[in-house]
Amino acid sequence: MGNDFVVPAIVAVTLVTVGIGFYGLRLARTTSDFLVASRAISPTWNAAAIGGEYLSAASFLGIAGLVLKYGVDVLWYPVGFAAGYLALLLFVAAPLRRSGAFTLPDFCELRLGSRRLRILATAFVIFIGWLYLVPQLQGAGLTLATVAGSPYPVGALLVAAVVTANVALGGMRAITFVQAFQYWLKLTALAVPVIFLALQWQADGRPAVTPPDGPTFRAATTVVVEHRATLTLPDGEIREVRPGDELTFAAGDPVPDVSGVAADANDWLLPSAAGDDDRGLFGTYSLILATFLGTMGLPHVLVRFYTNPDGAAARRTTLVVLALVGAFYLLPTLYGVLGRIYTPQLLVSGQTDAVVVLLPGAALGDGTVGRLLAALVSAGAFAAFLSTSSGLLTSVAGVISTDVLGRGSVRGFRLATVIAGAVPTVLALHVSGLDVSQVVGLAFAVAASSFCPLLVLGIWWRGLTDLGAAAGVLVGGGAAIGAVLVTVLGPPLSGWPATLTTQPAAWTVPLAFTVMVAVSMATRRRAPVDVAATMLRLHTPEALRM
Amino acid sequence: MAKQLPDVGSGGAVPPPRRARIVLAEITRQDTRAERTRAELAQQTQVGEALVRGLVRAQLALALRLSLVVAIGLGGLPWLFAIAPSLGRTTIGGVNLPWLLLGVASFPFLIGVGWAYVRLAERNEQDFTDLVQRPEH
Repeated sequence: MGNDFVVPAIVAVTLVTVGIGFYGLRLARTTSDFLVASRAISPTWNAAAIGGEYLSAASFLGIAGLVLKYGVDVLWYPVGFAAGYLALLLFVAAPLRRSGAFTLPDFCELRLGSRRLRILATAFVIFIGWLYLVPQLQGAGLTLATVAGSPYPVGALLVAAVVTANVALGGMRAITFVQAFQYWLKLTALAVPVIFLALQWQADGRPAVTPPDGPTFRAATTVVVEHRATLTLPDGEIREVRPGDELTFAAGDPVPDVSGVAADANDWLLPSAAGDDDRGLFGTYSLILATFLGTMGLPHVLVRFYTNPDGAAARRTTLVVLALVGAFYLLPTLYGVLGRIYTPQLLVSGQTDAVVVLLPGAALGDGTVGRLLAALVSAGAFAAFLSTSSGLLTSVAGVISTDVLGRGSVRGFRLATVIAGAVPTVLALHVSGLDVSQVVGLAFAVAASSFCPLLVLGIWWRGLTDLGAAAGVLVGGGAAIGAVLVTVLGPPLSGWPATLTTQPAAWTVPLAFTVMVAVSMATRRRAPVDVAATMLRLHTPEALRM
Repeated sequence: MAKQLPDVGSGGAVPPPRRARIVLAEITRQDTRAERTRAELAQQTQVGEALVRGLVRAQLALALRLSLVVAIGLGGLPWLFAIAPSLGRTTIGGVNLPWLLLGVASFPFLIGVGWAYVRLAERNEQDFTDLVQRPEH
């Protein structure tokens, strides 16, 4: 790329992150400071921090890449990522805060009084956390490789090291400041370049996004293939390409059809219609369920709610988060759409996740403005990796220090952070072939099939028992984890088996709810005796507290 | 308006309570019924139990009603596009309707539902607080 602004921008983001971390370190004194920032953070700061933590590599890079590749059908990703906060607001936010628990396992023990359920919840927090951390580190490796030409492990190790050190030394108070800063950085990093991109598009005479003859290359392009694919060239020739193959196209050449990509203008532009593919509709609804209901079950999202002073503040914070996140999600779609015009080579190379970082350079050229904007976008992408990884690491380390190591000391938390950071780093270095957005989607599906029913029924239904909760989490969450393992490790599937395992939520979420309710009804005698007192605590306003 | 009691959650600096003249007769006269109801809530008497059940039911009904709005408003879209493909071809200002609905309009819609929930949920809680703290009439 030869953009000499990119590396300084990434270094600056990293230094500011570490710097704010140390500023927070001076304030962090006790274990309670470390874990939930003493619950004294204002709603605005807290909301920006939640937004900053939530907008991950999948949001910043993945959505634009998916839109470039698949078109309108994947707009459900940003809608669902935002709507997850509405589900959280409606069913979980205020009662969860009032429960006074620190972590998800805490909530299980508080509501159902079962040590064994607590251990099960701990295992799921760690699994979901790691499943979500691996693609963040991968995204970092791929981005640094794309923009700075470094080997893949450098970016992954850099982000892992910075985040582990920052969390271990500063805890969550530091993280709150860091995350809030990173929300605004990410928004700016997408919003400012998009203005220049829109002006450039105007200046170019508003080229059509879906020209009647299919997308064409605007300039002479050499494409290095990254993923195996089958190309159909305009003259009808069918060609298999492998990673490392180089293809050369002249300006004005049509982009070849790539297998598995919506190259046809109508496939890309229009939603999947009835009749031609029921699996498409099933997949869409599965995605909607996973993202709408999965957000509340993500451990790094939940731990944030304990930093609100009371239940009403938790509710208002969630509403502000919904607005902040919604504003952000207007932007990646535009990158995906403009990528259709300016970076069609990514369709051929298979590196669609790189569209956000490559688009400013491709559309605006190698002038100073183009390079500055490319650097800004890369800095935003790094902010995304750093902030989401920090939040995940804080919550995974939190449950490891209290539930696995069994000590609540600051030292224990630091040890737990190192353990929690090391495992996904090793995994990320060994599995570079996973698709970033797909793995993140699977993490949502697991969360929606385990913690979502546990939280919703635990908060609203007196009849939930410890056995019912454990059975629902094991069966629903277990089925989702099975689907994840088959998708990631198993043989390539096609037809319905493929749809049911790559988008499992539409059957695993109802399964989890059904099992949880049925087993709870069968073991009615085990319902905790203090359920009335718990309900009082979860639902009555703080103004009445004695 | 509810009486503001010290908040257990906030760890910030609480100003020291102001010195006040206590007259026993005034204390015994005020808020006895409210105090009794609050004590009932805490001790799980049947009245307190019924009050809390009512609040939980009202809040759950509110959350379910608003989820239904979202389920129909957003969840109906894939189905609608599937059975009426011509809708997908409709353009407004050169942009196809599904792109506008999903890429732009869905976010203000979600925020609007969330805003309505916060207002209505706080009103439910206010009603509950008023009920518990209502002086004898």
